[in-house]
Formats: sequence, structure tokens, C-alpha cells
Amino acid sequence: MTVTQEPETNPIGFGRMQRKEDARFVRGQGNYIDDIVLPGMLHGAILRSPYAHARIKSIDTTAAEAHPKVKAVITGALLETLGLAWIPSLSADVVAVLATDKVRFQGQEVAFVVAEDRYSARDALELIDVDYEPLPAVVDAKRSLDPDAPIIRDDIEGKTNNHIFDWDAGNKEETDAAFAKADVVVTEEMLYPRVHPAPMETCGQISDMNKVTGKLTIWCTTQAPHAHRTIYALVAGLPEHQIRVVSPDIGGGFGNKVGIYPGYVLTVVGSIVTGKPVKWVEDRSENLMSTSFARDYHMHGEIAATSEGKILALRTKTLADHGAFNNTAQPTKYPAGFFHIFTGSYDLEAAYCEVTGVYTNKAPGGVAYACSFRVTEASYLVERLVDCLADELKMDPAELRLKNFIQPEQFPYTCKTGWEYDSGDYPRAMRLAMDIAGYEQLRAEQVEKRARGELMGIGISFFTETVGAGPRKHMDILGLGMADGAEVRVHPTGKAVVRLSVQTQGQGHETTFAQIVAQELGIPPLDIDVVHGDTDNTPFGLGTYGSRSTPVSGAAVAIATRRVRDKARLIAATMLEVSPDDLEWEKGKWFVKGDPSTAKTIQEIALAAHGSMELPEGVEGHLDGSCVYDPPNLTYPFGAYICVVDIDPETLQVKVRRFIAVDDCGPRINPMIVEGQVHGGLADGVGMALMEVIAFDEDGNCLGGSFMDYLLPTSMECPSWELGETVTPSPHHPLGVKGVGESATVGSPAAIVNAVLDAIGVRHADMPLTSAQVWRATEGRPFRTDLAIE
Amino acid sequence: MQVTMTVNGKEVTRDVEPRLLLVHFIRDELGLTGTHWGCDTSNCGACVLWMDGEPVKSCTVLTPMAAGREIRTVEDLEQDGVLDPIQQGFVSQHGLQCGFCTPGMMMTCRHLLDHNPDPSEHEIRVAISGQICRCTGYENIVRSVRWAAEHTTSEEVSA
Repeated sequence: MTVTQEPETNPIGFGRMQRKEDARFVRGQGNYIDDIVLPGMLHGAILRSPYAHARIKSIDTTAAEAHPKVKAVITGALLETLGLAWIPSLSADVVAVLATDKVRFQGQEVAFVVAEDRYSARDALELIDVDYEPLPAVVDAKRSLDPDAPIIRDDIEGKTNNHIFDWDAGNKEETDAAFAKADVVVTEEMLYPRVHPAPMETCGQISDMNKVTGKLTIWCTTQAPHAHRTIYALVAGLPEHQIRVVSPDIGGGFGNKVGIYPGYVLTVVGSIVTGKPVKWVEDRSENLMSTSFARDYHMHGEIAATSEGKILALRTKTLADHGAFNNTAQPTKYPAGFFHIFTGSYDLEAAYCEVTGVYTNKAPGGVAYACSFRVTEASYLVERLVDCLADELKMDPAELRLKNFIQPEQFPYTCKTGWEYDSGDYPRAMRLAMDIAGYEQLRAEQVEKRARGELMGIGISFFTETVGAGPRKHMDILGLGMADGAEVRVHPTGKAVVRLSVQTQGQGHETTFAQIVAQELGIPPLDIDVVHGDTDNTPFGLGTYGSRSTPVSGAAVAIATRRVRDKARLIAATMLEVSPDDLEWEKGKWFVKGDPSTAKTIQEIALAAHGSMELPEGVEGHLDGSCVYDPPNLTYPFGAYICVVDIDPETLQVKVRRFIAVDDCGPRINPMIVEGQVHGGLADGVGMALMEVIAFDEDGNCLGGSFMDYLLPTSMECPSWELGETVTPSPHHPLGVKGVGESATVGSPAAIVNAVLDAIGVRHADMPLTSAQVWRATEGRPFRTDLAIE
Repeated sequence: MQVTMTVNGKEVTRDVEPRLLLVHFIRDELGLTGTHWGCDTSNCGACVLWMDGEPVKSCTVLTPMAAGREIRTVEDLEQDGVLDPIQQGFVSQHGLQCGFCTPGMMMTCRHLLDHNPDPSEHEIRVAISGQICRCTGYENIVRSVRWAAEHTTSEEVSA
């Protein structure tokens, strides 16, 4: 095999470029949370509930407190005196920091030990005696609303059931009418099982409360440092200017590191109590069992069409399992996230979406794992339903999709649940994917193989994402509008610094954002420092998730940089003694129109801006610009994915033979990084479709609490990805870019599932399609994959 | 108990608890934080280093078991200011994103190349199959190893 092309080393702007951050990572000099050591630092460990539902009768910490290396033992009773036993969730609920009355899921936080070293802290957990009275647990969301179901949230006054919300979008009457006139209606029950982002680095925090200055410094694995700081100020009553949140290098996030976890709050309390810095880093089981899971959507889906295959309408009634606390991270207005974009890439007459959220005795969360605020569930639902319809109509699934796509001339297109798709050319992407795949030949090969009794399947998924949240008038998290700031400053010698509100977890922001400044200003990316992940040194913004860094912060940087360029123009005009109107810009310099020999480079202009030259009236010294970007709309990346699988007829093991991914995310700032983002998301798809599930037994014991049970894809399950691209710029983004971070995670699971079901000739079976699940499906024995019961 | 071993060519002696995991010894006692910890169950490989020339998962080795042995970590790959070809390959081919699995991956792949200088894609995938990366989908890790196989001299990787 040959390697890919060498990256162009130093493009001044967009293009392939090696990452600036890699120099430290390949030397083992990254600086992750657990690498940070402060003088006198103590270590915390959390005692967790072994029960999914139990009343706490008593907690005896005497023996733990007597441990010679223990400095503090914190329980819910102590937190109650500080008003910190409960904190607000990100979704109009509360979350227990340490359980006071009851535990509500296995792995819930019960006590916190602070000790001199991490081993002693763990030892002391064994010395805490908790007397539990076990209670019946509700594990199955479908039984949580039964009249005899135990009430999980009796902490909420007057709560007599496990219901959280009912929410709908679209037009019910129009949808019912479209279904009534349809020739064909296909209905399917689908589970998108509970999965977990499982970044390689678990979550952790160090808190250091300086009692003299009153300043609290926090180092945290957070994707949203500014949001964390504001929440600490609002919840704990700490003055916001006295809180500094630093997000060091993060070993993957994928949504797992958005929210504030009890462990984080406990390090703050631990530092206040002991007067020392306190570190807590969760272990892998804690990560899988207690931090933000994803999905857990029970979807009843219906699709209506004419007998010729014109899709008329879509309808879903979905049950959302939110676990013991409603702590999903999403814009306030949307309790089901952006799930109502389940209209997908098709031109429909009507659509209606109903979602009911319920409590169960499982860990809280729900929006995580690169899901774009639940576009993942939506995309899976519609792309499975379209395949079910193709099966019903005996039509080729590619042909059915091509027949129903929103056409390029229909953009901007407002879908039936209210989203305004900004731009797209779906047929072009679909045909390119089919060309790369050799779709006709693959179908011919499949016919031959079927005749020989071999199991080969071809699956298609066409997704439309909605990312870059979002317009302030529609979107906030805990009342904070989803706008992001950026500041660009050119130093006297022509080097620059750009300060961001968003926070990389591996996406390569130090390179990409330098390339944006380079593109707009002509300063080489290596001359541009990207500062992020430190609330004392960056402008406010809501952070990195929902593929929003480039759509929101990227736009802020582009506009801030253009403001620098505009200011440079005024200064250059003075230097050249001409009117600014007489100047022309070429990357890196202003010159008198038609005479490039007069050029003043941005570096020369920067020096003049800091020098003694008299500046034009109204122009201040120095060369800088800033912007707070309020996106006018979301962006809508899309893509066409085709998967080819072979299934061993003896073991029913699925092998992904090929995966073709055509992505359209608008212009690519660094194509190498974009391709890397897609590769990673495709592997997520293999994991979710074939391997990953956090299942529970009937007592609420978590059966996916380690990497022995929660299986992630390795190099052996992943094929060599085949990528393609089309470019349809966003008309409202200053750079035309749309974001790509979650596209492949959103789009790929349906393609793989569709391929497996195509191979075995079964209309539907739930993920993960393990050998056992494929066997059950072929035997006609549908089986829940999320419960070890039935 | 007192334990002596050689780490990256230097002999070190420390008093440790017998139960101390090697990964914690390397990170917390010696401050070599390039070796990472990612799971409790020897599944992820973020903690891979070499013991007597063989890649091991250091979360599954007790520190006393390393007594008298030679340990090599990611910090030893760069020699005299020159990156090892495997390090340069990961940079060149975008073989890393968050960087957390990278040291363990590179230690395994360096070992592979030392024993099989021209590995096929399949051989590379088998070599890293005991390690997990959540970012790259493995494609560019495979390419990084091939890059290193094709660029073996220090002149080629001095950039």
C-alpha cells in the first residue's frame, strides 16, 4: 500500500497542513488533566451506589476519617449545609451531587474522600459504611409510566409518576391526512440503544481555592470552560471574576465532557474544606456507569408513500429514556434536541414528531457521543424507514432516495418541522458515492453471491445534519445565548494571536483557526498563536459540541480578522498618503489599485500601527479586532454513505468490507483534518451498529461498565475508509463552511445496519448487530438489546 | 519495598508499595506523563511501554515485577533532538487527534517495525488490535506506520 500525499507544509490559508499541536503530542508532552501536579495537591475518590434504587438509612464515615492519610470525608449531609447537595441540571431539573435521601442509579455518588494519595483515597472508600434499604427499580422505559411503577423522583414535590415531558413538532392534522391518502404505510419499532462516548481520557478536575486571594482556579476536562465558570458562579454563588477555568489538553470528548459532573463540584468543595488543591480523575467504570450516556430512544416510526415510491409523510412517537435526572445538554427550547429534523433529506408533504421523556433508574445524560443534539437518532430513524419502504415497494433503496431528495433549486428549504436547510445538492453527492462504490457492480456481485448462499449486503444512508447552534433568539443553554466571541491581535512584528471561546478535544483547533486567520490576513499559520481553554485569557462563548466550533467560532474569527484587515487598510492609506478607497487587497498586503509595487504588507502595517506615525482620525493605535458571532441560522452539512458487509453464514459475524463516505461540509479549511474527523466518526458507526450497548439487568445493574463488556471498535473491525467530497458552501457563513465533527457519527450507523439487514433479508433488527442479534433476527426472534431480561 | 529498574537508559531506585501499578510508578513517581492510563482492564493500550524490549500494558504490571528490568517509554523515542520515524509518521499522516492513545500506539508500532520493517496493512492492524483509538478510525495510524516503514533514516525525518 502507499501512503497518502504529503501535506503541504505551510499554506498561508486553507489547505493540507501538518498540525501545530502534534509536536508535543508525539513526544509524550501533552498536558492532560492527570498530568497536572500542584504543590500540596490531594486526591479525591468517590463512593458510589451499588444499588439502582435504594433509600439511604445511614452513612458512617468514622473509620474512613480515622485513616491516617485521609484529610476529609464529604457526604450529602455536609453538602446540604452548604446548599450544594443538589445542583441545577442543564434541562430544568436538579441533579444530586451526593445522594441524601435515596440513590437513583447504580454508580450514583454517595460520598467523597480526600486523601494524600489516590490509593489511600480508594482504601478509605472501603471504610465507609452505608446502610441501604433496596427499593424496586424501573429499568425499562416502556414500563416507567405504568401505574404501579416505583416513583424515582419523590424529591420533586408532588411528583406521582416518572414522566418528564411531552413535546411535539410538525403538523399532526396534515400528517394524518397525508397518511390517510397514502397507498403504502410502513411502520417499525426501533430502539437506538444507550451507548457511551467513552473518550480515551476519562473525566477529571483539579480545584484550587486560594483562601488569601479568594480565587478559585479549576483545571477541568471541559469542552465548555466559559459555560462551566458561569454555572459555578450562578450555582455556588462564587464571584465570576474570581473563578478561572482552564481546560488543558483533552483526550477526546465527543460530548462526554460538556456538563458539570458531581465529581467536579466535589473537588471544589474538597479544596474549600481542606485548603489544598484537590484532584479527582474518574476510573473507566465510573466513566461508563455515571457520566453522560447517549441515545436510549425507543422510536415508533411510520412512513407514508404512493405506490410509485413518492414519500408523502413521516410520523414518529418516541419514548426518551433520560435516566434518573433530566440532565441532557441541549438548547432550552428543545427538550428532544434537534430530533425533529427526522424529515432527513426528503421533500415531504407533512411530518409530525412526538417525544415523551421519562425517568428510569439509570445514569442521567442523553445528549453526547457526537450526536449533534440528537440528529443521530433522527437520521437513523428516517434512513431505516426509507429502507423499510424500499423493501415494501421492492424498489432499490438508492433509486427511492434519488426519487425523493430535496432538489438543489429548492434551497433554502424549510422542512415540515420548521428547519431552514441552508444549501445542498443531494443527488450529486449520492451519485458520487454510487460511482466510487461501483454500485451497479456491487448489486450484480450480490446476486451472484446470493445464488451461492453467501451473505453480502449493501447499505445506504443519506444524512442531513443541523449544526452550529445557534441563533440567540432561538437557542440558549441555561439562559446563556449560544453566541461565541473571538479576538485577533497582530503584534508589532507582524505575528498574531487569536483567542477563542471554543475548546478542542483533538479536532486540531490550534491549526484550523490559525489557518482561518492566515486565509483572511496573509500571516502564515505558524506565526499565529491560538489561545483557548482558559477563561482568564479568552472571550466568552459556549464551547465545542454539536459541531459548532467552525460554524460559530470560525465565523467569529473570520469576521474579527476582517475587522483587522479593514483597520489595516486605513493605516496603509495613511502610510501611502492615499484614500482608503484607492487601495486593493491581496492576501497579506494592501496596495494602490493597479500598482502592486506600492504594497504595504500586513507586517509593515502592524509595525506602523504600534509606531509613532500619526494615525488617521478616529483610528486607534495597535492592530486588533474582535467579534461576537450570533449565527443567523444553523448550517446543514450532508453526505451519502454506502456500506458493504459480508456475513459469515456459520458464525453470523458481520465484517464491514467497504465503507464509502461522500461528505459535503462546504469548503474545507484543512482537508487532512476534515478527513480525520470523518474517519473517526465512521469508526463510531461501526461500534454503535455492531458492538456497543450499555445494557442493564432487571435490578438496574449496569452490564456495560468496563471495556470488557462495552465493546469499542478496534483496527480489526474497521475497514480502510473510502472518502469523497462535494462542496456546497453555506450561503450565510462568512467562510461558507458548515462543520463536520459529527457528520460521520450521525450518518454511518444506518448505512451499516441497512447493509446487514440487506444481507440477511430481514426488515428490521435493533443495534448492536452482534452475531447473536443477527441470529435472533434471522430466526424471527426480535430481541431487546438494552435489557438482559425477557 | 525498594525497587530498582532502568528507565529510558537510567537506573532508578524508589521505595514503593508492592501494589503500585507500573503505570502509576512511571507517571507519578518518575513524572514521565507521556504514558497514559485509559481503562482498568488492559483493554485500551494507552499505557503501553516496553519492558525488556517487549510492549506491555503497564496498568497490568505491578512495579516490583519490573525490578531489574529495562523500561522504555515514549519519552525515549526522540534521540538527540531527532524524532523517531514513527513519531514523524504520525505527524505526517495525521495519525493522531486528541493524542491520548498516541504514545502507546507508537510504542507498539515501533516494536512492530523493529521486527517487521515492511509490514502489510493487515499486519499493522493486527499489531495494534489490542489498543483503542476513539478519534482516527485507525486509517491514518496504519498510514503513519507505513510512512515510517518507508522513511527509515534520520535525514528523512529531521524536519
